[in-house]
Amino acid sequence: MQPLAISRYSIVNCLGAGSQAVFDALCEKRSGLAPCDFADVKLDTWIGRVEGLESTRVRPDLNAYDCRNNRLAQLGLELDGFAAAVTAARARHGAARIGVFMGTSTSGILETELAYRRRDPRSGALPPDFRYTETHNTYSLADFVRRYLQLQGPAFVVSAACSSTAKVFGNAARMIALDVCDAAVVGGVDSLCFTTLCGFHSLELTSRAPCRPFDAERDGISIGEGAGFALLERAGDRNGEGALLLLGIGESSDAYHMSTPHPEGLGAKLAMQRALESAGLAPVDIDYINLHGTASRTNDASEDRAVTSLFDGTTPCSSTKGATGHLLGAAGITEAVISALAIEHDLMPGSANTRNVDKELKSHYLLANREAHVDRVLSNSFGFGGSNCSLVLGAVR
Amino acid sequence: MRAFVEGVGLIGPGLAGWVAGGAALAGREEYRPAPTAIPASELLPAAERRRTGTPVKLALAAGAEAFAGARREAAATATVFASSAGDCDNLHALCEALATPERQVSPTRFHNSVHNAAAGYWSIAMRSRSPSTSLCCHDNSMTAGLLEAACQVAAGEPVALIAYDHPYPEPVSAARPVSASFGMALVLAPRASERAVAALDVVFLPERAAATPMADAGLEALRRGVPAARGLPLLAALARGGSATLVLDYVEGTHLRVTLAPCA
Repeated sequence: MQPLAISRYSIVNCLGAGSQAVFDALCEKRSGLAPCDFADVKLDTWIGRVEGLESTRVRPDLNAYDCRNNRLAQLGLELDGFAAAVTAARARHGAARIGVFMGTSTSGILETELAYRRRDPRSGALPPDFRYTETHNTYSLADFVRRYLQLQGPAFVVSAACSSTAKVFGNAARMIALDVCDAAVVGGVDSLCFTTLCGFHSLELTSRAPCRPFDAERDGISIGEGAGFALLERAGDRNGEGALLLLGIGESSDAYHMSTPHPEGLGAKLAMQRALESAGLAPVDIDYINLHGTASRTNDASEDRAVTSLFDGTTPCSSTKGATGHLLGAAGITEAVISALAIEHDLMPGSANTRNVDKELKSHYLLANREAHVDRVLSNSFGFGGSNCSLVLGAVR
Repeated sequence: MRAFVEGVGLIGPGLAGWVAGGAALAGREEYRPAPTAIPASELLPAAERRRTGTPVKLALAAGAEAFAGARREAAATATVFASSAGDCDNLHALCEALATPERQVSPTRFHNSVHNAAAGYWSIAMRSRSPSTSLCCHDNSMTAGLLEAACQVAAGEPVALIAYDHPYPEPVSAARPVSASFGMALVLAPRASERAVAALDVVFLPERAAATPMADAGLEALRRGVPAARGLPLLAALARGGSATLVLDYVEGTHLRVTLAPCA
């Protein structure tokens, strides 16, 4: 693919609000996970909750869209000068030439979960204040972001579980290559809700401790929430020294099982191969891999096989989910931004919470932070339904 | 962006497959609404089949019909799934369970709750490791899917677009009425071949325009009543053959202009 410039990005999750806060936490190898205190959930698990969402509101003109997911979107849009950068891009390209491709897995489903507790005892009806279109519907997020940023280009939501916000980079790359638009806002949001907390618990996939990716004693995931956004433009427009680029993207399906990855990581390997092909790079060109690394027994084993079958076992890699938790639909953009921070600061983040790397896993897994030249990063995101996506990010040096 | 249509799938109320349903869409036969009948399928292994709900069965059946017509290998073809709500029966069952004090949810219900459940089952059924995406754009989900599919074809790869929607049960249906169960699919290729029945040119236009309606009142009600049925005018033009230019609604203040030309 033609490289695209990532001309601005923003991030918020349990590590903090904004890329500096997240980078500082990574430097300190700090985890943002804490015992579950979300709403009235009583599960013995740890979560990565974003502070203050309960007491904020979305912008008054978009009041109908007010829900936890869109509040988190607004928080992310206002960080790192992101909304201002989009305003400037709007002046350059025109509102109709900027697309909005968002990812989320559960959107504002929390509103519906809570509305089901308030059904009319006689008729069973939901309360009259329930707003399906602006909160629950999966598209609500892109609708909110498009209105918030006053954009008029093409838009939709990709909802392919935990690969969603990696896959949106591909939609934007195709649309820009075909001149459907000149720029795109990509990324997305997932926020805490009962469906995912109780659902992953029912699958016995949540850990009772802070999650420990690639650890010999790893026993499940920690669910987090967060938002991240990136502004993509043609690299020709902004390709000076140090410019951050999307170099490649690869997507695949597992054809194996709805909630368990292929044991040999065949789908994951295909996604990585396709991403490298799309970037015109070989495995040796990758300096660091940000793994999906959820800390479930099966994910980490499957991903390790995929990575070691494609790379020679010397490429440094780590999962940052011990720090952020698993942001589900927002994992792709979160880890793309962390990959960008790794490139800009020449830092490969070590794995928070992981104590002893599983001896069965053969990847070159980083426990400690490593300061080294990072020009190109591969970032993996895999999800339910066997949906896989890998991104390659790099910098102009 | 140009795409060649190689196969069509159609399942809706009174529209039992592309051959019979296409005749009604083209006006060659009278349209008679009847409950949507989803053909039984052996695509999935029995264990997986038992776990799927009606919306997933609908999507798989529409996709399978389009591939049967296209005579193209499904495993080697990328897919774009488009739906306003995915498996809405499953969502209702989950929300009911989560509103009880125990909050016990079934693991199968949970993994079926992802918007890409249909894509996941399709990948298993077709043994396909090809790229797949699952889109939502509320009432314009089918149009968003067509735009994305057209982009993938223009980038040089064949793709199947599978759009489907199914009514929510009460109580969500009061807030989000969807009038019927409807699925459609198109197998699209980047190059002309003897299999191609029509060429589509898809253009995104950032301005308002009136969507092309269906002439028949019953079909127009269906088009308005189900997000995936927003594709009916395109299917009707394909069924009629010949050339046509259509307007499909897309996100606020935009539309897609689709121009059809028959392939000799």
